[in-house]
Amino acid sequence: MSKVYIALQDNDESRYIVEAIEESNPDATVIHQPAMIRIEREHRLVIERAVVEEKMGREWDVQELHINLITLGGNVDEDDDQFVLEWKQ
Amino acid sequence: MAAKKLNIKDKYRLLTRDLDWDFSYEDRQQAFPYEEFEGIKITDWSKWEDPFRLTMDSYWKYQAEKEKKLYAIFDAFSQNNGHLNVTDPRYVNALKIFLTGISPLEYQAYQGFAHVGRQFGGVGARVACQMQSLDELRHVQTQIHAMSHYNKFFDGFQEYSHMHDRVWYLSVPRSFFCDARSAGPFEFMIAIGFSFEYVLTNLVFVPFMSGAAYNGDMATVTFGFSAQSDEARHMTLGLEVIKFLLEQHEDNVPIVQKWIDKWFWRGCRLLSVIAMMMDYMLPNKVMSWKEAWEVYFEEAGGALFKDLARYGIRMPKYAETIEKEKEHISHQAWWTFYTHGHVAGFHTWIPTDEELDWLSAQYPDTFDKYYRPLWELAKEMEAKGERFYNSGLPQLCQICQIPMLFTEMDNPNQNSMRDYLYQGERYHFCSDGCCDIFKEEPEKYVQAWLPVHQIFQGNCGGPDVGDILKDYYKMNVGHDNMDMKGSPDEARWNKWKGVA
Repeated sequence: MSKVYIALQDNDESRYIVEAIEESNPDATVIHQPAMIRIEREHRLVIERAVVEEKMGREWDVQELHINLITLGGNVDEDDDQFVLEWKQ
Repeated sequence: MAAKKLNIKDKYRLLTRDLDWDFSYEDRQQAFPYEEFEGIKITDWSKWEDPFRLTMDSYWKYQAEKEKKLYAIFDAFSQNNGHLNVTDPRYVNALKIFLTGISPLEYQAYQGFAHVGRQFGGVGARVACQMQSLDELRHVQTQIHAMSHYNKFFDGFQEYSHMHDRVWYLSVPRSFFCDARSAGPFEFMIAIGFSFEYVLTNLVFVPFMSGAAYNGDMATVTFGFSAQSDEARHMTLGLEVIKFLLEQHEDNVPIVQKWIDKWFWRGCRLLSVIAMMMDYMLPNKVMSWKEAWEVYFEEAGGALFKDLARYGIRMPKYAETIEKEKEHISHQAWWTFYTHGHVAGFHTWIPTDEELDWLSAQYPDTFDKYYRPLWELAKEMEAKGERFYNSGLPQLCQICQIPMLFTEMDNPNQNSMRDYLYQGERYHFCSDGCCDIFKEEPEKYVQAWLPVHQIFQGNCGGPDVGDILKDYYKMNVGHDNMDMKGSPDEARWNKWKGVA
């Protein structure tokens, strides 16, 4: 099975997003590198709006992810409630 | 009464698909004249899916936010003399390569995406390409702004655009993009949108930018990551394009595969300069080129090709050669620039003993055996006051335009050279990969503008090399070029830092 990954800028907003990713994907691997945080997981990774909002304590639009996003790998599927990265095979 | 907020999918449908119209009294083929000649068959453009579903209003909103953050940091960087915080003045030379070699590609990408953003028949693809076109324009502008600060304090930044169009090694990135832009719109998308953006730009913008952060360069890491946040959308567009083409018609599969083979090879050749920047020009090391290659090409690219196998797509041709090259190319490229440092627009140097040890540790199978002895020799010669410069002009590959600096991967003591006779003229190549690309489209590549050929034909001024550098390249000879040791850059740095 292949790994999907996402990298975010290392800043205060991303900190909450990373916490939310860890909560929604308990077995994801979080790697800290200079100025960035890379998160990878086998097959599939999900970012849930509700979980991010709970961590941030404010409303959060899934598309706000664009502001702190560095790179990703995997097929993207985005709607109002979640952002999913996935390999089909 | 408050209007009901649209969800992302409905908003995307209304603000992209709904903007399209049918051609009732004009000929559709005339409106999209480039859509058929490449042999790609599109049966239904409405099957196009943009997974990010970004609409123009959201695009402006988020891009504006990114720009505000970015320019606040540029201001702070400049007001606080941020250039004094970089780890080592040698590092700044990597930025000179970036500005002269890479930033102008962003401008070419802007032009290329503006073109295909007009020429595709499907509205979803057109909107996504137009956004990417605007992104690329933003990238070149922010990069010029970021590096304009360095231009005030260091040599080699002043004529980046003029140099990009003329200098021997800058013809490598320049011709890469000219090749893609002069192809048809679908090939351009596989070349730049898929091969370059999806797999290869990660290596430019992620480990190298993380390295910039690690070397105290706040301005570069900020423009790098800001650009890369758009790249994530570009990568998704690249992947969408390829899936769309493969799903539209089975006849598209062999055409797409041929483009993948071509553009992965072209891209790998282009990245040799990034390999060298990672291994030799970042004084504080984040990871070696080999390691970056394994994470972003082998692992990420491997996952991608496994996913595409269901369409009948295989790994790019020459993947085995590419795998072996990660052990060699950074060393071969830096040695070439070191020995041609008098004709480069940036400074070169011998790695410190500590850096040589790091390279030995990172490349246990190749560095001590093939490359360390060269640096030991260079050190001996330099100590005797005989710093080596190669006075000959190198032969260039007809396709990638890189000097013949690469070796056979199974015998790193043997230079790799190929040739091919076409209409009575003999053409030369650095590899089977480049030679095969020529054989597919010789009429295109016989027209290549090869800098060394042009010099010998008298089209670049001269005849002395010094005159060509000064008058044709607009290099500030004695300031922009030669070794880091004894350079005005080094002298200024020592003065700022109070070092004798």
